[in-house]
Amino acid sequence: MTETVRDRVLAIIAEQAVLEVGDVTPELTLEDLGIDSLGLVESIFAIEEAFDIQVPFNANDPASSEFDISSVGAIIAAVEKLVKDQKG
Amino acid sequence: MRRVVITGAGTINPLGHNVPDTLEAMREGRCGIGPLEMRDVERLSIRVGGQVKGYDPEAEFNRQQIALYDRFTQFALISAREALAQAGLTFEGQLAARSGVVLGTSGGGLNTQDENYRAVYEEGKNRVHPFVVPKLMNNAATSHVSMTYNIKGPSFTVATACASSNHAMGQAFQLIRYGMADVMITGGSEAMLCFGGVKAWEGLRVMSRDACRPFSANRSGMVQGEGAAVFVFEEYEHARARGADILAEVIGFAMTSDAADIVMPSKQGAARAIAGAMADARVDPEEVGYINAHGTGTAANDKTECAAVADVFGHHADRLMISSTKSMHGHLIGGTGAVELLACIMALRDGIIAPTIGYEEPDPECALDVVPNEAREAKVEVCLSNAFAFGGLNAVLALRKV
Repeated sequence: MTETVRDRVLAIIAEQAVLEVGDVTPELTLEDLGIDSLGLVESIFAIEEAFDIQVPFNANDPASSEFDISSVGAIIAAVEKLVKDQKG
Repeated sequence: MRRVVITGAGTINPLGHNVPDTLEAMREGRCGIGPLEMRDVERLSIRVGGQVKGYDPEAEFNRQQIALYDRFTQFALISAREALAQAGLTFEGQLAARSGVVLGTSGGGLNTQDENYRAVYEEGKNRVHPFVVPKLMNNAATSHVSMTYNIKGPSFTVATACASSNHAMGQAFQLIRYGMADVMITGGSEAMLCFGGVKAWEGLRVMSRDACRPFSANRSGMVQGEGAAVFVFEEYEHARARGADILAEVIGFAMTSDAADIVMPSKQGAARAIAGAMADARVDPEEVGYINAHGTGTAANDKTECAAVADVFGHHADRLMISSTKSMHGHLIGGTGAVELLACIMALRDGIIAPTIGYEEPDPECALDVVPNEAREAKVEVCLSNAFAFGGLNAVLALRKV
């Protein structure tokens, strides 16, 4: 069985949050997970490296970036879309 | 305590290759930020910056000098030459021993590092020029200024990222004030606009792709610049005795550490530095007419800085002017406080407040008089210059009209 985008994103976020992958669920926010602005920028870098994609994100105003970071589930969906658009 | 005055100023930066041109650009609200011109720019996602344009090193220095002078050293030497010509000082005997050089820089000889890493890693060369180390070291600019002008007293380089220049000038101020020197050459220099330098900054995702718009609700991040400014700080009686033209008096300095986060600024740390500089200068908040802001154009800085100013000044925050000239010359990192001190001197001496250009939309969290888009005439007796560095190291200078 191949690893899905979802699995890899969950693993990246779990590593950043220093949690077990099983404890990271889609409804959680980055704040819930204790991931701060530096942790977020590092996670996005890890995602870009893992999928070889460009993530549109400006740390000055995360909320208005095209990349939805409102929850773990939103991040997974956004990465799935970027992978489809950029690698499809 | 001895008084300290400024008797010379020099610069080269994206707005001009000397002080008069730079001040004219600040008065006119001209923007020195534009498309980056450098090798491999097509591999960068950030392609704007405040570069020093129309500059030919070979017109300024000979081949042997260029072999030893990184771009940041060249900028420092050009600035020091202008400052010392204005001050009219030569250093011999006792004065040479009682004078020093303290300059700020963050990246030092970053262009030299970039070029030589390319040579050994990308091009596979196994040999580099013999002067790579003395060219890239952070204290090279300080040492070459000292050697060029025979300045033999306390001399060193300060590296506190974006606050380097202010920390450097604060050290120079204190060395004279407390009697350890009579004249100090001080300021800062930076030349980080090379492929590796910009690539590193891209990683933090705080860089704007188009413009630096401090305090404007539609701000999109910081823009990097390059260049230097150098000043002659002199003990007041020494300057008066020789009839020197005094540009301004340095009256206070304070530094604090946030002890909190490696990149996010702290309101308390900034506020303590601002209040500390006024206490050191023995001025009341109501006396301050202008603040040259750190004003990077990032949400994190601008909101924190405005909140700190509001806290320290209370009602007076609404009466003073605060502008960020980074909107015109970009963020010169370790050289930025020095170039920004020119705007302070212009405010005190010429009664002209440099604007924050690129200001398009009010931000309720930055509801201060940011002197939007156009310079303004105003009488200012006391001004402050803020610098808040990555790593939470803050340095604020206070100046008075003479």
